[in-house]
This record gives sequence, C-alpha cells and structure tokens, in this order.
Amino acid sequence: MATREKHLGGSRSSEGCFGFLKKEKPKCTQPLNMTWGKHPAEAYRDEIGSLVKSVNYAIGCLKGWMATKKDFKVSSSTLQAKLPLAAVLSTAEIIPEPLGLVLIISSWNFPFGLSLEPLIGALAAGNVVVLKPSELAPRCSSLLANALPAYLDSKAVKVIEGGPAFSEQLVQQKWNKILFTGSARVGRMVMAAAANHLTPVTLELGGKCPAVLDSLSSSWNREVAVQRILGAKFGACSGQACITVDYVLVETKFSSILLELMKVWIGKMFGENPRESRSMARIVNKHRFLRLKSLLEDPNVKASIVHGGSMDENSLFIEPTILLDPPLESDIMQDEIFGPLLPIITLKKIEDSINFINSRPKPLAIYVFTLNDSLWKRMVAETSSGSVTLNDAMIQYLADTLPFGGIGESGMGNYHGKFSFDTFSHNKAVVRRSFLVDFWFRFPPWNDHKLQLFRSFYAFDYLGVLLTVLGLKKFKQA
Amino acid sequence: MAGEDDVGKKLFDSRAASLLVGELRGAFASGATRSYQWRESQLKGILRMTDDRERDIAAALRSDLGKPELESVVYEVAMLRNSCKLALKELQHWMMPEKVKTSLTTFPSSAEIVSEPLGVVLIISAWNYPYLLSLDPVVGAIAAGNAVVLKPSEIASATSALLAKLLGEYMDSSSIRVVEGAVAETTALLEQKWDKIFYTGNGRVGQIVMAAAAKHLTPVVLELGGKAPVVVDSGVNLQIACRRIIAGKWGCNNGQACVSSDYMITTKDLAPKLVDALKNELEMFYGKNPLESKDLSRIVNSNHFTRLTKLLDEDKVSNKVVYGGERDPTKLQIAPTILLDVPRDSLIMKEEIFGPLLPILTVDKLEESFAIINSGPKPLAAYIFTNDKKLKEHFVKNVSAGGLVVNDTTVHLAVHTLPFGGVGESGMGAYHGKFSFDVFSHKKAVVYRSFMGDAMIRYPPYTDGKLRLMRALLGGSILGILRAIFGRS
Repeated sequence: MATREKHLGGSRSSEGCFGFLKKEKPKCTQPLNMTWGKHPAEAYRDEIGSLVKSVNYAIGCLKGWMATKKDFKVSSSTLQAKLPLAAVLSTAEIIPEPLGLVLIISSWNFPFGLSLEPLIGALAAGNVVVLKPSELAPRCSSLLANALPAYLDSKAVKVIEGGPAFSEQLVQQKWNKILFTGSARVGRMVMAAAANHLTPVTLELGGKCPAVLDSLSSSWNREVAVQRILGAKFGACSGQACITVDYVLVETKFSSILLELMKVWIGKMFGENPRESRSMARIVNKHRFLRLKSLLEDPNVKASIVHGGSMDENSLFIEPTILLDPPLESDIMQDEIFGPLLPIITLKKIEDSINFINSRPKPLAIYVFTLNDSLWKRMVAETSSGSVTLNDAMIQYLADTLPFGGIGESGMGNYHGKFSFDTFSHNKAVVRRSFLVDFWFRFPPWNDHKLQLFRSFYAFDYLGVLLTVLGLKKFKQA
Repeated sequence: MAGEDDVGKKLFDSRAASLLVGELRGAFASGATRSYQWRESQLKGILRMTDDRERDIAAALRSDLGKPELESVVYEVAMLRNSCKLALKELQHWMMPEKVKTSLTTFPSSAEIVSEPLGVVLIISAWNYPYLLSLDPVVGAIAAGNAVVLKPSEIASATSALLAKLLGEYMDSSSIRVVEGAVAETTALLEQKWDKIFYTGNGRVGQIVMAAAAKHLTPVVLELGGKAPVVVDSGVNLQIACRRIIAGKWGCNNGQACVSSDYMITTKDLAPKLVDALKNELEMFYGKNPLESKDLSRIVNSNHFTRLTKLLDEDKVSNKVVYGGERDPTKLQIAPTILLDVPRDSLIMKEEIFGPLLPILTVDKLEESFAIINSGPKPLAAYIFTNDKKLKEHFVKNVSAGGLVVNDTTVHLAVHTLPFGGVGESGMGAYHGKFSFDVFSHKKAVVYRSFMGDAMIRYPPYTDGKLRLMRALLGGSILGILRAIFGRS
C-alpha cells in the first residue's frame, strides 16, 4: 500500500502523480497552449484540475479499494442460495490483486488527462505500467517522457515515445492488460493483437455524441442549454474530444430560435473575431485540418452552413461553424467530426430523435436537454450509449463515482474512480474451509440413498435430510 | 451432396447466421426481452424444463459422458436450478439502478448507474458439463434482458440435441435460439456482429473467438482452463484432504473439469503417506477394479482418450505411475492414475491434463511450491491443504489464479457471491450469481443536472479569474472557493 500511495502522491506530497501535476503544471499548460492554443483555464478544467481531483480521490479511497471484500451486500436469500455443502463452516472473500504489467496507450487531444487518469488507476491497483503517449502531441509526449520519471519509481513506470509503427510492435507483446484511448479503427487492431496473448483490453473509443435539445420555453433555460452545448463543442479543444457534442437534434419549429441564440453566444464566448480569441483551441495538425476542410467541400454540405465556415491553414484555425440540416449521407454526418463544425438536424417531433440515434452506432455519450420527464425517461430506456446526461454535456467526465466508457463501437470496459482500480485488478475469489465437518454422502460410491440426500439438500429440505438419514424417508425416483 | 445431410438439414453458413442475428436483433429492438415479466417467464421456463425433464437430461449426460447420475443431479441439474432460483429471487433488485454520490465538482447534480441489456449475445459452451455450462450463462443473459443464441458443444451431441429440442419447447424462440454444429457453424456464427460473446473452452479456441470479436469490437468473456495445482502440507487430516481432492478430481467427470486439481505438490517427506492415503480412499470410492466402477465418467471421445494415453506413455513418465494406469479403449475408460515425481518438462506437466491422471511433484520445503506455480501461466484455480496459518496467508497472497480454495477443492464454484472466472491465460471476465447479470449488462452512467446553478467559469471567454476559481472548485475546498470568489487566491 505504501508503494501505491507513493506513486499517487497526495496533497502534501511532492512525489508521485500529484507531485508531477503540482510542480509541472506550468510546464504542462505550455505545450497545450503551444500545440492547440488551449487557454490555461481550459487546460486546467479539462486536464490538470481533473487529474488533481482524481489523484486525491484515489488516495482517499485506496485503502478501501485494496481491502479484501468479506461482507457482501447480499439479500436475505443468500443463505438459501448458497449450496449447503459450501456454506457449512467456510468463509468466502474477494481479494483484489494487480494484473501485472499493463500498457496504456493514450490519445493526442487530452494528452495529460488521457495518460495520467488511467495511470492513476493502474498504479492504485499495484501494477507496473508502460505508458505510450500519442506522438501527435509531441511536446506533451516528450514532457511526460522526461519529467514524469522523476516523480515515479522508474522500475514501476516507463514512458516510451513512438509513432504508429512502434505502437503496433508494442501491442504485439504479452501484456496483462491494455487500456487504449483512440479511434475504433485502431481499437480493432489493438484487440486483435491482444487476442494472441489472451490479454484483456479496455477500449475508450469515440462516436457521434448527439445533443437532443427539446423546445424549451423559458429563456433562462434556453440560454443555459445553448451555453452548455457551445461550451462542450467549441470550448473543449475546439470540438476535438470524444465526448464533445458532435451534432444537435432539435424540432424544426425550434431551430431558428436555437440558431439565433447560438450566434449570440458564440459572439459572447469568442468575440466578434474568434481567431483573435484566446479561448478557442486550434486543430492539432495539418492532416486533421485538411480532413475537416474536406468535410465542408461537398457542395450540399457547404450550402447548409449558416454560421462561420472560415478557416486559416497557416494557423490551423477553424472558426465556430454551424450547419443546418446537412445531408445525412454526407461524411460530416457519417463520421465522427472531431472539430468545430456543429450540424443541427431538425426533426418533426423531438421524440423522433430516439429512432435517429438508434439507427446509428452507439455513441460514447448522449446529452438530453429537456424539462419533459417522459421524454427523458424514454431516452434513458430506449437508447444505448456509454452515458446519458440530462441538461448538460461532458460533465460526466468529472464524476468519480460513474463508470466512464463506451458500448458497441464507442468502446468496451470503463474507468475513472473505483472503476479505474477495478479495471486494472483481478478480483480473486477465495474460499476457506475447515476440516471439521464433511458430509459423507459427498463422496462415491454413489447410491440411491446418497442421491436422495442430495435432492433434499438441494431443495433445502433439511427435515427431509434428517428423515432420510434416520432411514425414515425412502428414495423416490424424480 | 454438399450442404445437406441425410435428414435434409440445411447447412448453417454465414448467410444463415446473418439472418439469425438479424431476426434476433429485430426481436430485441422491439423491446420484448427488456421487461421484467419476460425475463421472469423465461427463467421460470428454464426451471420448469429442468424439473420436468431431469431424467432426459441425466440420460443425455450418461450417453455423452457416461456421467454417473449423482454427478448429473448434483453438478449440473441442481446447480443450474439454484442459479435460476437465485436469479428469479434477486432479479428485481438487480434491475434497479444504483444511485451514486456526486461531489462538489459536479454540484448540483445527481447520478446513477443503470443496467441495460447489451442486445444479442452468443454463448458457446463446452462438452464436459454441457447442460450447466450452456444454461448457466443463458440464465445470466436472460436475467440481463438480452436475446440469446446458444451454441452447445458438438462433442456432447446428445445433450446438444436435447438442448435444441427443450429450449425450442420451453423458451421464447423469437429471442432465444440454439444452433447446433461444429467448426463450420461456429465459424459462421463468429463472423457475425454480436453484442457479447461468452465462450467456455480452451485457450486456443479462446484466441480465435477474441480475434473474431475484435473485428466487430465485441466484448468477450472467456472461461478457459489451466493447470490447477493442489498443494498438500503435512499436519492435515490426510483422509479428509484426500477425499476432498478425489471428489474434486475423479468425482468431477473423471478429472475432465476446468477446476479439477491438475497436479499436486507436496514434500518429499509427506509423499509416501499421501500416496497411500490417496490409494486407500480411491479404492474405497471406486473399488479394486475402477474400470468397472459405475461412478466414474468415461473419457469423452477417442481423441481425448488417445491424448491422455499419450501423456501416460511418454518415456520419461511411464515408469512414474504408482497407482492405476489401466485403460480400456473399447469403453474409453482410464482408471484413476497417480504418478510420482514426474519431470517438469514432461508433456503431462506442460499442458492441462483434463483427465484422470494426477502427477505429484515433490519438493524439500513446501514454500518452494509457490515458485513452481507462479512459473507457469495463471490457472483457473489453485488449492492448498494446510493448517499452517503463515503458509495459508502466503498462498492466498502470492498465488494468482481465478479462484483459490484453502482446505478443499472446487467448492468455490458453488458460492454465488464469488465471481467465477480466470485471469491471464485462464480467461477474462467472470460470472455466477449477480456477476452473471453484470457480465451481460451495460452499466450506463446517468447524470441529472438542472438548469439552475450554472457556473459561468466553465465557459469561454476563459480568463485568469475563472482559472483561479476553477482550481479551487476542482480542489474541492470550500475555503479555497471562497477565496477565489473574493479574489484572494
């Protein structure tokens, strides 16, 4: 436990993950700013601050997580449901143990958060870790490789840098667990490689996370909803986030109100000239920039732009762009956007959003803005996603008590909080028996008498057992 | 004629598999399997089926494996019945969302974790406990509200045919289906996109299943095997220890069970007494002529019979037999066999035995057994018989396996509050009890926020003031927050 605590660090510690975050904070903020133009506030909110919270949470809970589970929360039927043979004079416990050597491959958009959040869990669970940060964020990757070892035991944690070819080689090795954050395409390759060694994997992938915006009547609610949607899109790494709002679903009759509000609030958040705003992140590299540019090249898509659309290749800047009803077969509505382009899709009835979402791959998150309780209940019951949030977006990422992970194409497995600890642990079942009591009819040679005893035992007919033993009950064919 | 057999059954190929999945997806999408009523009715159906047809089930098991009736009743029928009953009793409770606490960072909010069905799941089961290992996962899948395709093992053909017949009679076939067949049919099934695949069997096929699942990003549960060691210390009641070891080995399908003791480790000093005790108890259980005993399952087929005799007849091992070794190829029967001091590099010590052979390794001090166990792949189970407290704790702490039992073998399967599954090469994922429900569920995070209590610091334009406040908020300290609000930090 002491080693794990050391690796995590703590509020008063200059060691471990916490020590790294505290001391290297300015150094972390800088490459985030230089790579994407992320404002320190955004960097803190989404990465550094979130990590500080997670480390403190892990330190506070570590003892409880590591403890052997003896008292299970079971109903009164436990005693009945346990087989009597095993229940007599035995104890049962679950002991969490480290899996061993784990590989964490993180993504480029939140390079610190997506590296250290799993690292915290892996270390809390007592594993030895190899961390492979994304080469697409080289400044951050190099900071992690150079600075992190000073705070952690280099025998327990290694950070290695490299590109796709190197990652491919890495996953071919035998690991006890791999946690991968990235695209579904690469996720498939990681799982296929892991299959060769029967290595369990957690895949944090992506998808098109919709925001379903009901026709709200109160102007306060409308403004809050719009701010939250815009903040979760343009204010989060310029939409380059797995849980950003990818597109919005709204009733046709509400769409013009929504559009006006969005334009107003984009102005308030990013000013009249968003390129000058310090609050808007850049696109990570030219390749992604060109990809986003190409999404708008389709003439039908271009025609649907109702706000923004300007781009600057030199500074890799794309201004907040809204599209109204681009064609559903276009790339922008088929692929995960991962950029500051926000399609608004109009529907006759907001309830139609359920079928709309269900006809597409399961997303990592669904955001529903409504005061209509039955709409909300239907969304929760009839759609499937990693998570579903009422009246907000992205906030589920900060909750330590909720599992963070996808389903179907958006991923498998989860982490955050105790789920991180569990994902990197093996829950070992342990039963201890005494020598004192044994039932002779447990053993061969078999005969009808023993069979009858078993039948009675399994039917929890203890009186029957007694009578059979006393020879007062005869064996009956089933 | 290619594609059809004598009965005129059509070949179950990729297209047939795709149609099947499509049908079940339609059934699932209709919401039929989600209701409590449906799940309850199907679980009751399995229970009724098991009660009504126990004799047919025992007969099929006897036909496939020569399984003694008591083993069928106890280990397959009764355990499955209990699994059903538990699910029926707990289902409402399991289906309820789990409320979780939320912290200052997301204030004000409330949150819960909702269990929802995954969709359409594929369960591929094994031949050694063909009834239990087919239906126990099905119980979990149904309890969690999924549509299910079951592919029983073709090696236990009578049970496979019986399952196809009975499930067709007792279950809702719009959402629960059985596909019989071998490699071709399994391959066709594995090409499809499932929401989960649950496989029980060996590691080699486990890899194939996982690789196929990777193409569709389908999560898997693999219940595999391994070499489960049993360590025996001196100072224990040898008679009881031996009985329990025998019950868990030869009493479990004649050693053809994933949790049977595969090999034994004991001290050089204890070995002679231990071997004698084993011999005594084995004779008491199975008589002087075990090949004639009706209480031993036979070896499932000639492939496995050949495999096992090969293990026995290897040069460096054939002279290590200290008890048993008799075999009858016509009856596919091998007698309980003990081997003493086999070389570590022999075949019998390299692969999972899955049969009635028990090699014993001897060491000077029992502490050496841990290094031996940990030098190999992690097994599904590991056992120790000792009264030495330190040794017990050392074993529990340092031996990694799916599950451990101290002073007995295999009983952990019966404790429904314990997860049953492997680690490393013995598998991934676990089930039994509520773990079955969980393994076939998606745990969806649900967060409730109101439109009140919005924090402007969240949104652009970002400023240093907002940064300060944010730091305080995420740091979770009220004082820090106040300071930040009043511009003092």
